[in-house]
Amino acid sequence: MTERYQLIVIGGGPAGLGAAIRARENGLSRILIVERDVELGGILNQCIHNGFGLHYFGEELTGPEYAGRVTDRLEGQGIDIVCDTMVLSIESGAEGHRLCLMSAKEGYRFLDTKALVLAMGCRERTRGAIGIPGTRVAGILTAGTAQRYVNMEGYMVGRRVIVLGSGDIGLIMARRMVLEGAEVLACVEIMPYSGGLARNLVQCLDDYGITLLLSHTITRIKGKSRVEGVTVQQVDASLKPIEGTEQDFDVDTVLLSVGLIPENELTRAAGITIDPRTGGPVVYENKETAVDGIFACGNVLHVHDLVDYVTEESEEAGKAAAMYVLGQEKEHPEKLEKEAIDVVAGPGIAYTIPQKIRPAGESEKTRIFFRVRQPYKSPKRLVLRDGEQIIASSRRPYMAPGEMEHLMVNQHMLEMIKGRTLVLSVED
Amino acid sequence: MYDVAIIGAGVVGRALAYTLSSFELSVALIEKENEVAMGASRANTAIIHAGFDPTPESMMGQLSVEGMRRCYQLCEELDVEHRKTGSLVVAFEESQKSVLEILYRQGVENGCQGLELIDGQETRRREPKLSEGIQAALWAPEAGVINPWEFTLAMAEVAVRNGVVFMPDREVTGLAWQGDHYQVTFSLPEVVQARFVVNAAGVNSDLIHQMVATSAFEIVPTRGEYYLLDRTVGPLVHSVIFYSPTTQGKGVTISPTIHDNFIIGPNSEIIEDRSDTGVTRTGMDHIGEMAIQMLPSLDLRANIRNYAGVRANSRRGDFYIRMSAEHFLDLAAIKSPGLTCAPSIARLAADLLEEAGLPMRKKSLWKGGRRVIRFKEIPEEERQAFIKDNPLYGRVICRCETITEGEIVAAMKREIPPVSIDGVKRRAGTGMGRCQGGFCGPRVLEILARESNRHPLTVEEDGMGSFILTAETKGGCAHD
Ligand SMILES: Cc1cc2nc3c(=O)[nH]c(=O)nc-3n(C[C@H](O)[C@H](O)[C@H](O)COP(=O)(O)OP(=O)(O)OC[C@H]3O[C@@H](n4cnc5c(N)ncnc54)[C@H](O)[C@@H]3O)c2cc1C
Ligand SMILES: Cc1cc2nc3c(=O)[nH]c(=O)nc-3n(C[C@H](O)[C@H](O)[C@H](O)COP(=O)(O)OP(=O)(O)OC[C@H]3O[C@@H](n4cnc5c(N)ncnc54)[C@H](O)[C@@H]3O)c2cc1C
Repeated sequence: MTERYQLIVIGGGPAGLGAAIRARENGLSRILIVERDVELGGILNQCIHNGFGLHYFGEELTGPEYAGRVTDRLEGQGIDIVCDTMVLSIESGAEGHRLCLMSAKEGYRFLDTKALVLAMGCRERTRGAIGIPGTRVAGILTAGTAQRYVNMEGYMVGRRVIVLGSGDIGLIMARRMVLEGAEVLACVEIMPYSGGLARNLVQCLDDYGITLLLSHTITRIKGKSRVEGVTVQQVDASLKPIEGTEQDFDVDTVLLSVGLIPENELTRAAGITIDPRTGGPVVYENKETAVDGIFACGNVLHVHDLVDYVTEESEEAGKAAAMYVLGQEKEHPEKLEKEAIDVVAGPGIAYTIPQKIRPAGESEKTRIFFRVRQPYKSPKRLVLRDGEQIIASSRRPYMAPGEMEHLMVNQHMLEMIKGRTLVLSVED
Repeated sequence: MYDVAIIGAGVVGRALAYTLSSFELSVALIEKENEVAMGASRANTAIIHAGFDPTPESMMGQLSVEGMRRCYQLCEELDVEHRKTGSLVVAFEESQKSVLEILYRQGVENGCQGLELIDGQETRRREPKLSEGIQAALWAPEAGVINPWEFTLAMAEVAVRNGVVFMPDREVTGLAWQGDHYQVTFSLPEVVQARFVVNAAGVNSDLIHQMVATSAFEIVPTRGEYYLLDRTVGPLVHSVIFYSPTTQGKGVTISPTIHDNFIIGPNSEIIEDRSDTGVTRTGMDHIGEMAIQMLPSLDLRANIRNYAGVRANSRRGDFYIRMSAEHFLDLAAIKSPGLTCAPSIARLAADLLEEAGLPMRKKSLWKGGRRVIRFKEIPEEERQAFIKDNPLYGRVICRCETITEGEIVAAMKREIPPVSIDGVKRRAGTGMGRCQGGFCGPRVLEILARESNRHPLTVEEDGMGSFILTAETKGGCAHD
């Protein structure tokens, strides 16, 4: 027996919740949210620090508070929710999508849906992904795993700590470890700049006197059973360690904050095209993937710096999913496909979301999100071009890879360049 | 007083314990680590070698094919993950081609079946991603891949079920012959007495040997490092690919694993410290270069783990298996293909012990066999009913490998329960995937503590002293 939903949302973090609520507001009545964890809220549940919601709610909330705000909106909406349940696979057919779900309570079952929103979040890169030499010992954890132990389980994971990578979670955990009585000896970053938010660099490192070693990396981890020390070396422009710059740190813990990867195993298995630059699916302006009726939002699409943008993005996806189900899209998809504009990351740009725009889309303006490849400390111009023609441009006083940026493009401009390729780049 | 004390709970010690458990004998298996398979038996290439590598005169040559066949048989009987993939030794140049011919002849003499010398084109037809530069290859259909720690554990579990006493956390520091038995002493104030002692101490086997005999061989610890690549890069190759040996030495191997990931390695470096399983930048770079030569499209960014194992090589270039003193049997210098040969080494060891006067009477009641429930292997149509009866199998704990809580709890109830996070990993397969336990680690720790009634602070990641948690936070335990 299979049930049929109008929309199933995979993932009950802020992205999934935002999409479900907006789809409900736009007229869908049979919606299901599937969450693998025992409660809704996603990664926010372990982010007990402040700094969420400034854009969206206009006030500073902790992660769990932000999650609470969003979950409260589900109240009385008649949206079905199953937690402690994992989606194992997606199979797409002409009639919609069939999901395989598994849980202790309901067992192994299949559910059908017309539309699907992917909101599975992201995972952390591990030691293997960056290949640090040395022994395999206890005391090497990703910052997010440490965050879970410390904030949710109530255990400390070390006494003398070094943080590798200056991603936001690493910065936040550096501070958290200090507050819990540990000593944080340094934060080591291989790039000449940090990948974290400027505000976190100040509030988590500077305010606690933790040194940030840019253009440095850990080149060896020592220890028999638990970490007993690490060697740090400076790196040259090609990121190779420079001989003679070795410094030893006497630590028992290495926290890794070396990047996040969108969690797209399901997406890949479902045959949805993945953009190697974002690690997430290729999407249109309404967050629809290459497969009809499957949308994506939040960290599964690209890694966000602020949850506020996750919520906004998920609302777009939820609305688009509702329109898809209710057949309210303006034009036939095949025609739209022919007119689609490709958006390409040019010099200085790491990636763009969306990667494709269908000009007949709903809204007046389309917002292109992107990250730059390197920090720009002096003012630069962002330019979106169709060959020589400038479609949109904007001046920014400062840009850094750690901060997500966006650029607005007017609909009428897009109407004129159907089927073309737009290149976004940083110019002087 | 035991009839036999085996020193070392690697695959060799375990295979012997398994064999001896079917006789009316009291057997103790002594291990310095907290677990089974903590030495070479857990960090190797995991290949069941077909048996063309060793020369026919060597002990390795005589034990290889028998070992290989027995390995497959045991895998079936004990439900150990394995796959017969076949192997290719690939040659880029003329000098290597003549090596292939030598290997072919050796193989035939050792008793390998189905060996074939093929040209470059045929090689690429079978393995399309291999380099255009490959001119010839030796195909051996009997080679395969195995889960080495499960193999060791499976034999251990049956041995313990049938009365073998497993004694972990005991490093043997002395052996003294008392006229009719040995006194085995440890770093702890404890003594074990045994009529026969078997040395299966791997990389330390020369040190154990020297406790009772004059030095006859010396272990030259030789480290091999690896990459483990995520299956998302695959399928790279279907069979095991060896680089044909050259004058520059042995090349690296590219092999699928039983979990469809890919192993690349090992290099070969003589090291001072026998226990040094660290990986080095130079080693990893070297392996990468060699592998890319065979498989030009290889993308090492799919790496999920680097690890290293230490070979118990000796200068003799062969296993050292003999009665070296009164009632003392060496199963020493068991280098590659020691995993493959473990069952035949155990058979030979039992013969040697019997010749030396150990009375071998078959037990009338011996409980063999082993079955493991792996959720992934349950047919789709049976899953719903299965979870209804066993709800824990419905909760996924390791998301990368889809391992359920049911599988972890079942592992906790086996003959030798895991004591560490990696112990669970070696039994249930958690944390083996691309996130390397980042996601499931805290959950496994919680289940392990719960099921074994331990405080989470006492749970180790792997070997003794590898504690994960150091204290409670100021706020204390969130969950109680
Ligand atoms: C450690 C950390 C610190 C952060 N700090 C800040 C900050 O200070 N300020 C700020 O504004 N933003 C911060 N962010 C960013 C923001 O919190 C995230 O971008 C946002 O929570 C992402 O939301 P999401 O819904 O996309 O993903 P998640 O919150 O990760 O939710 C994804 C959900 O999907 C579920 N799931 C995945 N796969 C499946 C499946 N197969 N079946 C069922 N369920 C599944 C997961 O269990 C999870 O609950 C931080 C992020 C992290 C990771
Ligand atoms: C890099 C590498 C790759 C290999 N690849 C393959 C392959 O693909 N196929 C194959 O067939 N073979 C392979 N081998 C060989 C194979 O792994 C070994 O031959 C085999 O595992 C040896 O088993 P063992 O039981 O003798 O040694 P080990 O597994 O090392 O066991 C010895 C045990 O003795 C214990 N011990 C040591 N000293 C003491 C003491 N004083 N007191 C108590 N206990 C002690 C150790 O802790 C250890 O557990 C490889 C080996 C290496 C290192």
